[in-house]
Amino acid sequence: MTSIIFRTATRYMFPPMLVFSAYVLLRGHHYPGGGFVGGLFAGSAFSLYALAFSVAEARHILRMDPRDVTAAGLAVALLSGLPPLFSRHAFLTGTWWALPLPSGATLDIGTPLIFDIGVYFVVFGVLLTFVFSLGEE
Amino acid sequence: MTLLPALPIVVPLAGAVLCMLLRKNIAAQKAIALATSFLILLVSLVIMAQTKDGTIAVMHVGGWRAPLGITLAIDMLSSVMLLLVGLLAVGVSVYTLFDLDAPRTRFGFYPLMLILLMGVNGAFVTGDLFNLYVWFEVLLIASFILLALGGEKPQLEGSIKYVALNLLSSALVLAGIGVLYGMAGTLNMAELAHVVQQGERGGLVTMVAVMFMMAFGIKCGMFPLYFWLPASYPTPPAAVTALFSGLLTKVGVYSLIRVFTLVFSTDPEFLHALILWGAGLTMVSGVLAAAAQYEIRKILAVHIVSQIGYIVMGLGLFTQLALTGTIVYLIHVIIVKTNLFLVAGAIKRIKGTYELRALGGLYKEKPGLSILFIISAMSLAGVPPLSGFFAKLTLIIAGLRMESWAIVATALGVSLLTLYSMTKIWAYAFWKPAPEPLPDLDPMPRAKWLAFLSPMIAFTVITIALGVCAGPVFDYADAAAGQLMDPEIYIGAVLGGAD
Repeated sequence: MTSIIFRTATRYMFPPMLVFSAYVLLRGHHYPGGGFVGGLFAGSAFSLYALAFSVAEARHILRMDPRDVTAAGLAVALLSGLPPLFSRHAFLTGTWWALPLPSGATLDIGTPLIFDIGVYFVVFGVLLTFVFSLGEE
Repeated sequence: MTLLPALPIVVPLAGAVLCMLLRKNIAAQKAIALATSFLILLVSLVIMAQTKDGTIAVMHVGGWRAPLGITLAIDMLSSVMLLLVGLLAVGVSVYTLFDLDAPRTRFGFYPLMLILLMGVNGAFVTGDLFNLYVWFEVLLIASFILLALGGEKPQLEGSIKYVALNLLSSALVLAGIGVLYGMAGTLNMAELAHVVQQGERGGLVTMVAVMFMMAFGIKCGMFPLYFWLPASYPTPPAAVTALFSGLLTKVGVYSLIRVFTLVFSTDPEFLHALILWGAGLTMVSGVLAAAAQYEIRKILAVHIVSQIGYIVMGLGLFTQLALTGTIVYLIHVIIVKTNLFLVAGAIKRIKGTYELRALGGLYKEKPGLSILFIISAMSLAGVPPLSGFFAKLTLIIAGLRMESWAIVATALGVSLLTLYSMTKIWAYAFWKPAPEPLPDLDPMPRAKWLAFLSPMIAFTVITIALGVCAGPVFDYADAAAGQLMDPEIYIGAVLGGAD
C-alpha cells in the first residue's frame, strides 16, 4: 500500500500503540486487560507497520524473528511457575516479593505478572508469525 | 506434592521451548527431543512408583483447591498411560534420528512432537473436564500441523477430514461441558461424579452422557464416525503415523473410560449397553475394511479402528474383570501397533513402497526385520504366549461371565480376520518372491541397521515380556480397574485430604 496518509499516520500511531499495549498488560492484574490483549495490541502495531510499509521493514524494526519471541514468551511463562516450589507450594502458585522504593513505599511484584508477560510475548510472537508469513506470500 | 504430577506437562513444554529457540540447529533439536523423551519416561516411572500401591497423586495447580481450581489427579490408569507415552516418545525419537526428511525437521517437527506429547500427557493427568477439553485442542492443533507438514496432496485431503471431524467432536464436548456446568455448577470431575451420583436429573445426565460418548467416540475412531482415521493416518511419514496410532485415539479411549467410570456410571443398563453395541460394530467394520486393503500402512491404519472396538468392549461390559481386560489391551495395543508402523516405515525406507503387490521376498533379504514383524503381527492377532492373547482372553472371559454371547462371538470372529490380514502382509511382503526384484534403496552398514531397528527390537521385547510376565501386568491392571470401579476413591482423593 502506498498511501502517504496511511504511512504518515502509522508513523505517529506506532509508538503510542506500543505504550498502550504495555499499559493494558499492567492494568490486567486488577482490571480488564492483561497479557493476551496487550500482546494483541503490540502485534497489531507491528502488523500496521507491515501494511503501511512492507513486511521486510517491519521485520527489520522488530530485529528478532517472531518465532524466537514466542519461544522466549513460553519460557518466561514456564519459569514463572517455579518460584513457589522453593517455598513448598504447588506449581504456579502466586508468589510475591515486596521491593522497597526510594520514596519509602514498597512495590509488590508477583509471579502472576511474570506469567502475564510471558503470555504477552507468546501472543505477540504468534500473531506476527502469522501476519508476516501471510504478508510475504 | 508440589510439582511431580505437573512434570509430565512441564518437561515436554520445556523441551519444545528449547527446540524452538534452537530452530536452526537440527542436530541440537534431535538431541533435545531425545533427552526430553527419556526424561518423560523417567518422570512416568517415578510417578508409577508413587501410585502403584493405589495412592492417587493429586496436585492443586496454583494452590487453588478443588473444586475451584484445576486439579491434576493421577491414578493407576493415568500412570500406566504416562509410562506408555514415555516408552513411545523414546522409541519414536530414536526412529526419527534415522528416518525423517530434512524439510520436515526444518519446519519444526521436533517442537511439534513435544507439544503433542504435552497435550497427550495433559489429558492423562487432568482431573478437570474443561481442562481435558483444552488438552484435546492442544494435541489437535499439534497433530494437525504434523499431519499436514510436507503438504503432499493426499496429506492435505486427509488433514481436512481429520480436522473437520475432530472439530465437530470438540464442539460436542464443549456443548456437553456447557450443559453439565449448568446442571452441576462444577467441572471438576470428582465433584461432578459426586453431584451426578446424588442424581435427581436422570434424563438430562443420560443425554449429556450420550453427547460425550459421541464426541470421544469420534476422537477414538469408534463406529460410525471413524472414517477420518483411515483417510488421514496413512498419509504422513511413518514416524508420525506411529506416534498418532499409539497416542491420539488412545487419548479418546482414555477419556471415554475416565468419564464413563467416574461420572456417568449411574445408568449402565442403557449407556454401557450402547457402548457395547458401538464396540461390536467398530470391531467388525474395522476388520472388514482392513481385509480389502492392499497397502501395508492402510491395512494397519484401518486395523486401529478394529482394535479400538476391543478396548471399548471392556468398558461396555463394565465389570472389574472387563476393565482389567481393557487396560491390558490398551497396554498391548499401543506397543504392538506402534511397532508395526515402525516396521512398515523400515520397509518403506529400504524398498520405497508400501504396496503389497510390489513387495516380496523380504524374509530372505532381511530376516531380522521379518521376525520383528511376525512377532508383533501374531501378538495383534492374539496368538498365545504373546501379549495380545492374554488381553483378548481376559475380555472374552469377562464377556462369557456376563453372558454377552454376541459380543464374545464377534470378538472371536474379528480375531480370526485380524489373523487373516496379518498373514496377508506376511505372505505378500515377506514370503512370496518379489514380482520384480526391488533394489535396497538405502543399504546401511550392519551397526547402523541395528541402531535403526533398536526401537523396534525394544518394542518387540516388551511385547514378548508382556506375554511372558502376564501375571504382574494382570495384577496391576486388576488393581487399576478396581480403582476405576470404585469412584469414591478418586472423589475422596481429589476433594478431601491435604495437598
